[in-house]
Amino acid sequence: MIRHHHNVPGFAPFLFFAAPGRDTPEEKQMPATINTRRTVSAQGPAAGRHADGGVTLLAALRRLTGWPVSRLIRGTAAALALAAGGLAAPVQAESLLNVSYDPTRELYREFNEAFAKYWVEQGNEAPVIEASHGGSGAQARAVVEGLDAQVLTLALAGDIDRVAETGKLPADWQSKLPHNSSPYTSTIVFLVREGNPKGINDWGDLVQDGVEVITPNPKTSGGARWNYLAAWAWAEKNGQDPKAFVQELFAHVPVLDTGARGSTTTFVQREIGDVLLAWENEAHLALKELGEDGFDIVVPSVSILAEPPVALVEGNIKTDTQRELAEAYLNYLYSPEGQAIAFRNFYRAWDASAANPEDVARFPELDLVTIEDFGGWAKAQPEHFGDGGTFDQIYVPK
Amino acid sequence: MGRPLLYRSPMPGLGLSMGITLTMLSLIVLLPIGALLLQGVSYGAEGIWATVNRERVWQALFLSFRLSLFAAMFNLVLGVILAWVLVRYRFPGRRILDAAVDLPFALPTAVAGIALTALYAPNGAFGALFKDLGWRIAYTQWGILIALIFVGLPFVTRTVQPVIAEIEREVEEASATLGAGRFHTLTRVVWPMLMPAALTGFALSLARAVGEYGSVIFIAGNKPLVTEIAPLLIVIQLEEFSYDGAAAIGIAMLVISFLMLLFINLTQIWSRRRIGYV
Repeated sequence: MIRHHHNVPGFAPFLFFAAPGRDTPEEKQMPATINTRRTVSAQGPAAGRHADGGVTLLAALRRLTGWPVSRLIRGTAAALALAAGGLAAPVQAESLLNVSYDPTRELYREFNEAFAKYWVEQGNEAPVIEASHGGSGAQARAVVEGLDAQVLTLALAGDIDRVAETGKLPADWQSKLPHNSSPYTSTIVFLVREGNPKGINDWGDLVQDGVEVITPNPKTSGGARWNYLAAWAWAEKNGQDPKAFVQELFAHVPVLDTGARGSTTTFVQREIGDVLLAWENEAHLALKELGEDGFDIVVPSVSILAEPPVALVEGNIKTDTQRELAEAYLNYLYSPEGQAIAFRNFYRAWDASAANPEDVARFPELDLVTIEDFGGWAKAQPEHFGDGGTFDQIYVPK
Repeated sequence: MGRPLLYRSPMPGLGLSMGITLTMLSLIVLLPIGALLLQGVSYGAEGIWATVNRERVWQALFLSFRLSLFAAMFNLVLGVILAWVLVRYRFPGRRILDAAVDLPFALPTAVAGIALTALYAPNGAFGALFKDLGWRIAYTQWGILIALIFVGLPFVTRTVQPVIAEIEREVEEASATLGAGRFHTLTRVVWPMLMPAALTGFALSLARAVGEYGSVIFIAGNKPLVTEIAPLLIVIQLEEFSYDGAAAIGIAMLVISFLMLLFINLTQIWSRRRIGYV
């Protein structure tokens, strides 16, 4: 017996083509997908097209009329494109990239927020301010090689000089802003274990037997260069041979990390060493983050005035409005509010008028030498840290 | 009549696939190495020699290559055993173990370095054990060795695994029926078949260890003459904006690596000729 499927009522597929109607054969050949009542979609051969763009399908024994899906997709895409165009239309907010060194993360996080608020209060668009942090030398190299920074806030003037050599900023950049372009300063102090079990009070105590000193590598870390020069200065003032002293000092160093943060981690988390030579701000930050107990700060009799400078990178300024923003940014560092933020983040700033007196009282007076005592970075850098400089000389094979 | 330079293969697509290969290889491999050599050429042979021929650089190069060699040898033994276990035995958790072998590839090297340092530092879980024995691991050459073993481990295992899977049991059974002991079968029958693949894995592991920076830097201690690896010296040269110096040490490493890989390849060719297999 032969069964004819189309004789079975409700068996749809074969009825598509057998359906009675006024439609021409070509129309039946054209399959289409439509939406009916927005949510239901149906597929089948098109039985008729209407003037308003609607399509009638033959589905099973019914006729369905709706909008072709392809048309809906086109419509949605067009609407999205319009919306995207509409979003991009407002004026682009002015942006600024501040390339900075390692331990300033917390400082510039707070400062950028404060500055953005101030800038909006002056009646400007909210700016997009980005900060990049890393080892001072590596950051300078990134800018030399094309990182689009408008503002440099590095650990050493020497690093900004490197960028100046490419012509991106004038050679006399350091005279453009007050205090040698250093809105805040810091110094080098000792962080020791609680109660100072090894009795470390000054540089001379660092070379006692059994004392382990943690410092980053002066070759790769700006902060470590200040450590090195501070030790050198103490030895000079105390009638010792400075080179022999730093040589002995570095013989007490078990780990030379590449950056200041790495050294702090080694000292604090890995519990290596008896004393960490650290930026004063980094030492206070460690106390704040890790609790007062566990560590003490020891201030040596002599240290060095570290002046981390800031500069505007002329070569990377694209528009006048960007220049305005960048200049305002740097000037705000010198404003009482900016200085208060620096004090709050454990930097020795200049203007304490708006600062919390507690933040200011934290810093004891001490005998500070400056980089000028070493003849400036242009002289000190190659003499001590260049290829074959004094730092290279103290590591001699035994 | 001269020999044609290129024999046309019956397979189509030589021109296209060759073109793609050469373009990609040039962009990704040859150009950077060319740039390095060019920097070296502009610096001059004497300059390179003056940079490299210093106690500190020799010490760093010696340290890097010596520890890489030890790490690769360790990985050769451990990697072959690991591959053998993974292919030949069935045990619960085998697939998980198999997947874990690739972890050193997937993990950012800095993460690996920090994790290893945390474990092996004197206050870490393993470090504390060794500290009681008066043995320090992190911040010594042992720490560097552990980091290098970690990053190189998957290479040997992954190159040897498919070869072990290919070895037919019948070969071993034949060896046994012919009267060979287990040890004899292993050294004279199985090992020769594995050797070319194992050597490839060894070479890859060695090459990886020589250039490793990210994980080693955290665990090394980085003391000049003691735990300072050659890649760190390159970074230091860059910090001094001495691109020439960095290129000089880079070229020295490239030359030494090339010689080592050449030696390994020659050994491989020799072993293939001798065994006439694979």
